[in-house]
Amino acid sequence: MSVDITTMKRVATLSRIHVDEAALPALAAEINAILGWIEQLAEVDTTGVLPMAGGGASALRWRADKVTDGAQGDAILANAPDREGAYFGVPKVIE
Amino acid sequence: MRPTDLTLAQARAALDRRALSARELTQAYLDAIAALNPRLNAYITVTGDAALAAADASDARLATGQGGPLEGIPLGIKDLFCTAGTRTTAGSRILGDFVPPYESTITGKLLRDGAVFLGKLNLDEFAMGSSNATSAFGPVENPWSRANDPDTRLVPGGSSGGSAAAVAARMALGATATDTGGSIRQPAAFCGVAGIKPTYGRCSRFGVVAFASSLDQAGPIARDVMDCAILLRSMSGFDPRDSTSVEIPVPDFAAAVGRGVRGMRIGIPREYRMDGMPAEIEALWQQGIAWLRDAGATIVDVSLPHTKYALPTYYIVAPAEASSNLARYDGVRFGARVAGGDLTELYERTRAAGFGAEVQRRIMIGTYVLSAGYYDAYYLKAQQVRALIKRDFDRAWEVCDALLTPATPSAAFGLDEKQNDPVAMYLNDVFTVTANLAGLPGMAVPAGLDAQGLPLGLQVVGKPFDEEGVFAVAGAVERAAGFAAMPGVRA
Repeated sequence: MSVDITTMKRVATLSRIHVDEAALPALAAEINAILGWIEQLAEVDTTGVLPMAGGGASALRWRADKVTDGAQGDAILANAPDREGAYFGVPKVIE
Repeated sequence: MRPTDLTLAQARAALDRRALSARELTQAYLDAIAALNPRLNAYITVTGDAALAAADASDARLATGQGGPLEGIPLGIKDLFCTAGTRTTAGSRILGDFVPPYESTITGKLLRDGAVFLGKLNLDEFAMGSSNATSAFGPVENPWSRANDPDTRLVPGGSSGGSAAAVAARMALGATATDTGGSIRQPAAFCGVAGIKPTYGRCSRFGVVAFASSLDQAGPIARDVMDCAILLRSMSGFDPRDSTSVEIPVPDFAAAVGRGVRGMRIGIPREYRMDGMPAEIEALWQQGIAWLRDAGATIVDVSLPHTKYALPTYYIVAPAEASSNLARYDGVRFGARVAGGDLTELYERTRAAGFGAEVQRRIMIGTYVLSAGYYDAYYLKAQQVRALIKRDFDRAWEVCDALLTPATPSAAFGLDEKQNDPVAMYLNDVFTVTANLAGLPGMAVPAGLDAQGLPLGLQVVGKPFDEEGVFAVAGAVERAAGFAAMPGVRA
């Protein structure tokens, strides 16, 4: 599998990273070099092998479904690049 | 003897005896930072005034006999750990002005035990790199240099390059670090210091900026094996705020350091003998095997047949998790923002300007391998191979108690070398990445010098939650090696 310019552009969009048109071919070449090296995994027989999803051996712990924290509005907004009162500011979304 | 010559264990004893004050010790390290950081660039942020105030508080507690296990010990903190009120950048422009309102669990535990924080240590951006060259705050220089080529500046390794360089140059008595594919062990080996990545789940990840959540694990870098054991005890322990934190007791790791290896079975994985590996690395490995045999261990040949697939597996799993974790940096809630005409353009411009090239590359690889049509071929396949890599270790533990391997495939390289070939850079982690994929503890110990006078390390890998076994083997290697060389640039 090889990433062409159209796919590269789509991946950049899905990643929400702006890439100049002129930079797409070089980027695709870099990604293809890495993917080409990764392709060697295809030679491993993984028939019937259960995928390993986490880093630990045990199942994830559950916690009680109850509120344990809150009233942290100012701390949460303290690093906002555009704070508008008690809200995060963003460009107008609805026309 | 100057205060910076003491190990952590020695300094803590000197503080208890009141032979040295915490203020004197902290001031000695701040002086070292002032003298050396302009060249080495190990610290992104130095918190000198806060450090001296904390040292004074430590002196007050020591005077009344109430000192904690790390009372008055000056540490550097990798700038991936959130520190309340102190800027935490992750080595990235996108977090260049981020001041966390909360403390990571690990730094909270270190403060609880009396540690003094000197500042925040440089790293590869979002811990993605093996040379500290991807930091938005400039590269870190290794305090060691080649005997026959002293002008070539060498990398400290990465991603915890600032942590390793600062400990080696005596700009910190110990440091926190993190390890996703080798980011504690490879820089420790490159800088001639010790570092341990504990078992996945041993240390809380709460408040540590996430890279790849199923692989990330924090640990210490310190001057020797004992100092690592002391620091790891303070850093470890169950945390309900990390759902992967494991609720088991924290042993006295320091007690294991001198235990010896008599009766232990040490596995030597044959697949770690790589083509093109320098003869000096192979010779050091053989020396390490002889040391352990002489100390009473039984040497066992073992096979980890999927070793060669570990790095390609890692470069699917880690970018996939990173692409998800780094989705939060969107220029809205925190971090840098670049304005855009609409919300999508704001996201895209913010992330293009805020992330460096390697981070962008990994986010896009991760996005690609998780995207519709490719998920099974890449991501699912990698998870299956990861299961096989773990199974290799499970089988090895049937015949041995710990593994001994080289820590890195080479000594430290030049700042200008390997930077243009991502795959060549990734190969730095060939001996370390398997422990992350399998969730195992691994430790790098300085064991010798190459022909250019650069440090080389050996790695000990242990069974899940058997850090004590790792410390026992690492302690035996350390005693046999008698590594006493020091870098040219140091306090």
